[in-house]
Amino acid sequence: MGYPHKSHPRETPVLSRHFGDPEARTLAGWRQRGGYRALEQALGMAPADIVNVVKESGLRGRGGAGFPTGMKWSFMKPGDGKPHYLCCNADESEPGTFKDREIMRWTPHALIEGCALGAHAIGAETAYIYIRGEFTEPIKVMEAAVQEAYRDGILGKNAMGTGKRVDVHVHRGAGAYICGEETALMNSLEGRRGNPRIKPPFPAVAGLFGQPTTINNVETLAAVPHILTNGAQWYKDMCLSSPKSTGSKLFSVCGNIRKPGNYEVTMGFPFKEFLYDLCGGPLPGRKFKAIIPGGSSVPIQTLEEAEATLMDYEGFVAQGTMLGSGGVIVFDDSQCMVKQIARLARFYAHESCAQCTQCREGTAWTTRILERIEHGDGTMEDLDTLLEIGENMTGKTICVLSDSCATPVFSGLKKWRHEFEAHIKQKRCPMRTAVAA
Amino acid sequence: MKEEGGLHAPAHASHGSKGHAHGGTHTPVFTGDRRRQLDELLTRYPNKMAALLPALWIAQEAEGWVSEGSMEEIAGLLELTPAYVKGVVTFYTMYHQHPVGRHFIQVCTTSPCGVCGAEDVAKAFLKHTGCGELGVTSADGKYTVIEVECLGACGFATPIMINDDFIESVTPERVPEILGTLK
Repeated sequence: MGYPHKSHPRETPVLSRHFGDPEARTLAGWRQRGGYRALEQALGMAPADIVNVVKESGLRGRGGAGFPTGMKWSFMKPGDGKPHYLCCNADESEPGTFKDREIMRWTPHALIEGCALGAHAIGAETAYIYIRGEFTEPIKVMEAAVQEAYRDGILGKNAMGTGKRVDVHVHRGAGAYICGEETALMNSLEGRRGNPRIKPPFPAVAGLFGQPTTINNVETLAAVPHILTNGAQWYKDMCLSSPKSTGSKLFSVCGNIRKPGNYEVTMGFPFKEFLYDLCGGPLPGRKFKAIIPGGSSVPIQTLEEAEATLMDYEGFVAQGTMLGSGGVIVFDDSQCMVKQIARLARFYAHESCAQCTQCREGTAWTTRILERIEHGDGTMEDLDTLLEIGENMTGKTICVLSDSCATPVFSGLKKWRHEFEAHIKQKRCPMRTAVAA
Repeated sequence: MKEEGGLHAPAHASHGSKGHAHGGTHTPVFTGDRRRQLDELLTRYPNKMAALLPALWIAQEAEGWVSEGSMEEIAGLLELTPAYVKGVVTFYTMYHQHPVGRHFIQVCTTSPCGVCGAEDVAKAFLKHTGCGELGVTSADGKYTVIEVECLGACGFATPIMINDDFIESVTPERVPEILGTLK
């Protein structure tokens, strides 16, 4: 079942199969749909064997970085005598991304099962699900599901009667994009300001409460029970292009497009067919102009680049961008790219934690200059200044928020430089006049 | 989050000058059920500090904002200093450091919603609530309207929040009807 649209026949609904079905939210309903069998099986397996299955499946992190999940889990050394922790990153705040929200709203037990399973695999007794503070409905649904799982003995000191302890707790954030960065998330969970930490040490060595920790995205953890149930080969076989990208992936689609929503496709699906057939193409009388395919932090594609893309980690890189979080933002020919890039910069300026100078100052300067150009008060020198600031914001800070602000500026000046120059030469936004006329 | 020196509309600007009486009488928040709720939360973490964000949420739900008195009370309960607690409160955008309107309205205007007309939704709320300006509470204390960065529901432009209620696909035309449901 799709949400809010019915599944398209070309979709591969694994995680989204029960979206929109309120019965799947309840424990009884979830069990009827095959839920918690994977966890039962996993609790009887040695952690190393589970890690191997996940490694073999080729599953990679769905939060943005695409790091191989099995390898990440293998960094957690068993028998080190320390408490281990699993953090589920449900801080979904990357503009354009709203897939984890639907997983939590419709299939909360899928995430609990994935968390419990992941915790066992990395030798942790406790998993925290850190959900962004604005997600009031997902928080309510997840908390109710966690309570149900405790009452039923799925969670607790004797999880599913195996004698193993598995605790899962929901932790509410309080409004800060940066807490989706894994080390900032850990600081926030510990009751601190959400400033990212310098790495190393990496979380697997010293993470939450100074102990070995693994952080996984909601979609990643929700996929794991399916892999245990159906086998690594089944997951690996879901692959239409690069063998390094396997499985199904949820893409959130928004902006100027006919059918915004979540779509789940096999890795390697053609982006052109996705945009025009699954998502219904542009709004009446409009044409697509620019696409951000992986959340606001990845380079912006021209329509030509997007139409040539195969939707997997390697396919997006081959067309100059990244798969990122799978948040597809579509701009049509009614949009001014200068205005849109300025708005993205403003987002990053608002969300900078202000720890690193390049980011604190750079995001604000970038925003002011872009808004100046958009209002017709820019100069040609401003374009060079933007690039220079962008260089100083890239690869020089503790986390990549700063880089993410520079990214759309670089794409914009490379691919739509004529729009910037037109603003400067005409001393106004040419689009605004054209649309008004 | 950081202060941006004029990048934004003056959120909460109307409160700064009113000089709310701080440090006066504070009625403890963590008594009865709320104290039991905090005690249960403390069992989830290996130290007390980790319960800080949840404790601040409880205080905000009780008082409508996080007062200096609440911060001091929480500091005492979690063995932190009031200054430390304030440092955390000021980092996160969702904790109110001043009283706000009974209905706190947040309109997402980040790019994906922006291209679908979110700015007009924010304008409609400012007009129909009588707030006039972002971050300013209406004269009757009923409403405060702010623009918020990405609410994570971009496919349902424009999403808004009114206190803890999340409403999807809001258009300027729906604003009077939505406000009509509020008391």
